Amino acid sequence: MKAGRKLLLCIFFTALSGIILANEESHKKESFKPGDFIFEHISDSHEWHILTWKDHHVSIPLPVILYSTHSGFSAFISSQFHHSDKSYHNFTLVKDGPRKGKIIETLTDGSTYEPLDFSITKNVLSIILSATLLVIILLSVSNRYRKRENMPPKGLQSMLEPIIIFLRDEVAKPAIGHGYEKFMPYLLTLFFFIWFNNVLGLMPIFPGGANVTGNISVTLVLAIITFFITLFSGNRHYWKEIFNPDVPWWLKFPIPLIPVLELMAIFTKPFVLMVRLFANITAGHIIALGFFCLIFIFGEIRPMIGYGVSILSVCFVIFMSLLELLVAFIQAYVFTLLTALYFGMARAEHH
Amino acid sequence: MFTSLLVLLQAAGLATMGASIGAGIAVIGAGIGIGLIGSKAMEAISRQPEASGDIRSNMIVAAALVEGVAFFAVVVCLLALFL
Repeated sequence: MKAGRKLLLCIFFTALSGIILANEESHKKESFKPGDFIFEHISDSHEWHILTWKDHHVSIPLPVILYSTHSGFSAFISSQFHHSDKSYHNFTLVKDGPRKGKIIETLTDGSTYEPLDFSITKNVLSIILSATLLVIILLSVSNRYRKRENMPPKGLQSMLEPIIIFLRDEVAKPAIGHGYEKFMPYLLTLFFFIWFNNVLGLMPIFPGGANVTGNISVTLVLAIITFFITLFSGNRHYWKEIFNPDVPWWLKFPIPLIPVLELMAIFTKPFVLMVRLFANITAGHIIALGFFCLIFIFGEIRPMIGYGVSILSVCFVIFMSLLELLVAFIQAYVFTLLTALYFGMARAEHH
Repeated sequence: MFTSLLVLLQAAGLATMGASIGAGIAVIGAGIGIGLIGSKAMEAISRQPEASGDIRSNMIVAAALVEGVAFFAVVVCLLALFL
């Protein structure tokens, strides 16, 4: 009878799904943690993780170089940390907690100590790769210019020439004015370095995918270099404007309000540069990674929902990545423009 | 009812709530700022269509700077979460 057969089928499928669910419980994999996933991709690490194939991690182990006051220099490859106790020669890679990702040394009396870490981490290797790419591209273009004097640009030259002319005519000359040639090398390097690293950070696979400009240490160094160049190219008028500005006397004496404000501004301007670049790039990566996480979060509930959400998620990620491409160029441009403005202000003449 | 609300607050963590509300308010500021920039840029382009290229570049620069300020607030909120 049809009703009887339908009833039998219903009972059969319910039993089947029960068995499947029971099997899932018996060998349950680790559930997906979106916070850890995002932070793993944003932060630096001692190995370059490329992909995970069926629970098997494929990654490039990177050299670890440590200096400890107790045991001097040590250098080894980070795959030594993959042994079961995650330690090598008293050095342990911290897996959880606030010091996650750092290497600590366990001394003989049990106390822990964090040695100075000079390792080639993922970000360091990515900087080396992008610097090599920069040198190859830009030096080949400059050699081509030298060999083809007074001839129209050809090939890579014609791609980079509008950008370099734009940086010279729209950024350096209006901002710095007379004597801008001295600062052009630094401004060009800054622009191309930030741009290349931003764009490489958007690529999901090796050799891209290391979040270099989203690492606040990298942007800190760029801001510090700008700070020192501004400091050393300040002329007499610049320092006079800071310590003895052209303001009513009661703002300068007895309480130097404006000079203190100006002194703070010398420090906050590069600080703002650093935070702007770091926050823009990191926020972009977090948004793109967050949309990818949606797929896995929904996939944990039911695989079919995961597949469904993946279409929407991929569309959003494509849109966000296009926006991030624009942001990569704009942030490099804004950093360079503001640096040029600070140089110009440091060399301004009295008018 | 208020006591249960307070218990919930204690459990969730004031830092998380503060960080979330702070980030939300920061985004309001950024949205208003960039909206103003965009609207003025549209007006300027409508007045003088030949200058649209210049206006567009300046608009993008100003928007990047305003967004930078909003990101400050996000960074402070993240610090509040983790410190």
